Amino acid sequence: MLKYTIRRLLLMIPTLFFVALITFALAKAAPGSPFDKNPDKPPKQEIVDRWNKFYGLDKPVPEQFVMYMNNVLHLDFGTSIRRQRPVSEILGQGFPVTAQLGIQALILALAVALPLGVISALRQNTMVDYGSLFFATVGTTIPSFVMAIFFIYIFALGLHLFPITGWGTPQHMVMPTVILALGAAAFLARITRASMLEAIRQDYVRTARSKGLREQVVIVGHVLKNAMIPVATVVGPAAAGLITGSFIIETFFSVPGIGREYVLSITALDYPVIMATTLLYAFFIVVANLSVDLVYGMLDPRIKVAK
Amino acid sequence: MATASATQERAAELNILSRKQRSLWGDAVYRLFRNKAAVAGLIVIGTAFLIAILAPFLAPYSPIEIPKNPASQMEPLWTGSKYTDSRYLLGTDFLGRDIVSRLIFASRISMVVGFIPTAIVFGLGVTVGMTAGFFGGWLDQLLMRFTDIIYAFPDFLFLLIIVASFRASPFGKLLDGLMLIFVAIAIVGWVGVARLTRGQVLALKEREFVEAARSIGATPRRIMAKHLLPNALAPLIVTAAFAVPNAILGEATLSFLGVGIIPPTPSWGQMINEGFPLFAANPWAVLLPAICISIVMLSFTFVGDGLRDALDPRMKT
Repeated sequence: MLKYTIRRLLLMIPTLFFVALITFALAKAAPGSPFDKNPDKPPKQEIVDRWNKFYGLDKPVPEQFVMYMNNVLHLDFGTSIRRQRPVSEILGQGFPVTAQLGIQALILALAVALPLGVISALRQNTMVDYGSLFFATVGTTIPSFVMAIFFIYIFALGLHLFPITGWGTPQHMVMPTVILALGAAAFLARITRASMLEAIRQDYVRTARSKGLREQVVIVGHVLKNAMIPVATVVGPAAAGLITGSFIIETFFSVPGIGREYVLSITALDYPVIMATTLLYAFFIVVANLSVDLVYGMLDPRIKVAK
Repeated sequence: MATASATQERAAELNILSRKQRSLWGDAVYRLFRNKAAVAGLIVIGTAFLIAILAPFLAPYSPIEIPKNPASQMEPLWTGSKYTDSRYLLGTDFLGRDIVSRLIFASRISMVVGFIPTAIVFGLGVTVGMTAGFFGGWLDQLLMRFTDIIYAFPDFLFLLIIVASFRASPFGKLLDGLMLIFVAIAIVGWVGVARLTRGQVLALKEREFVEAARSIGATPRRIMAKHLLPNALAPLIVTAAFAVPNAILGEATLSFLGVGIIPPTPSWGQMINEGFPLFAANPWAVLLPAICISIVMLSFTFVGDGLRDALDPRMKT
């Protein structure tokens, strides 16, 4: 197990390296420069030259990449071109906001999805079940920004319950968190229901019932315990979905997290921010995938992790 | 659901001798058309297709040209507010263009963007996945390492970087930016299909019918085309059915963020992007395209769910 973990941790390095390489190549292939974003007032050539020199953009592209990777190894992520501030400072400010939004959404999603999935499996083919299936279909299908439009129309413009944009007070956090959680909740509810239905039909459940255990004990001790294994493995992908979802939601509600920073820096060709944020996102996804595999091995003794 | 008539129907269905013989695929089609949600979805998608094809005949005004005396920000007629104009059933956008016409023309983008990249993704993904799974070796190794890297990129993030990078290039301006979106969706999507096909092939190639085909001297090409592909097709069709709305979602999200279809060409995401700053003043200019996206996405999901249940009842969740 330890050997496997170490091997997987080492495999993260080439993966992240290639993510950096692809992002760097794509960002460099983009025509235009970060300094010509205002077409009415193009800056003087000598100023552009000085900027290019400052950011190291006058060197050949491969050299820039080597330089960048070297700096990253020393935890230096460069300076944002758009904001004229160190990237680490920008991400340091935005990350707590994004993390808070993501964690709130994940907790909400789990709190809604698990009971919903379990209840609809126990009451299969009743109104409760159809209702939760409908919720799951709508939640996974309607894009988050479209859902956000309906929410704003009803709860902000219609009922004046919540402010439309911004961040800080609990009222500001309700709509972004709920909408971000919705997709994950729907997905998790679907998996929970399917996994419960699978577990209920197993022989060991029949055995448990036949030896006279109370229904409650059967459900909690036998069905639920086994049904949660597949659910635990999809929490990782669901969390990754929340990360991707966060930059659309943050842009939509003007939440000052790294997701919004990322979208803004992409249109501004702010390479240092694009690179650092992509690497950060990729790092989280790789870690999420790895921890899922490890947790899976621990939860289910039948799964033997290779070597 | 379990009424007497349903039970009788089921009994008739099971009574194989008394009914007409159907092929495996015929059976799947029969099951698909028994699913009411899937049929409703198919009808909506068919209608959307017709609207997209007949757009120039259906749209009362130009979706792009700004009228000479524009009446901008008009609300739909049914709202009964004083900002309505009897010429414009659903109102106008911030430049005074007719929303009905823009919605109609925008359906073309969604329909095209759903199917063309999906076709590229499956052509490429199935070919590579099948070859890698069947022959193994370096191609297989390369594919697996490559998927590891792609899997570390969130899909949409990758899509966003590609589109943002090439948007200002001449290629990015082809077909109002549609070409770049096709290619970007294809680049992001084909790996998943290749991996799925590979997995199917790895499981199937050890089966007896492949061994039998090999023993009578069938070429690898024939085995792949005649034995492996038809057996791997069911999960691929289901994946394709969900890939179409995903591609539509990709375009809508990119256009909503302002890096998708280049204005003035209308797409639903684009209309939301343009209308959103004035959402409080004229909410319907944003709500209507949002409703269109929702209906089309739901229809595709119903069809996808229906196909999954029809092709493999064991997969039913």
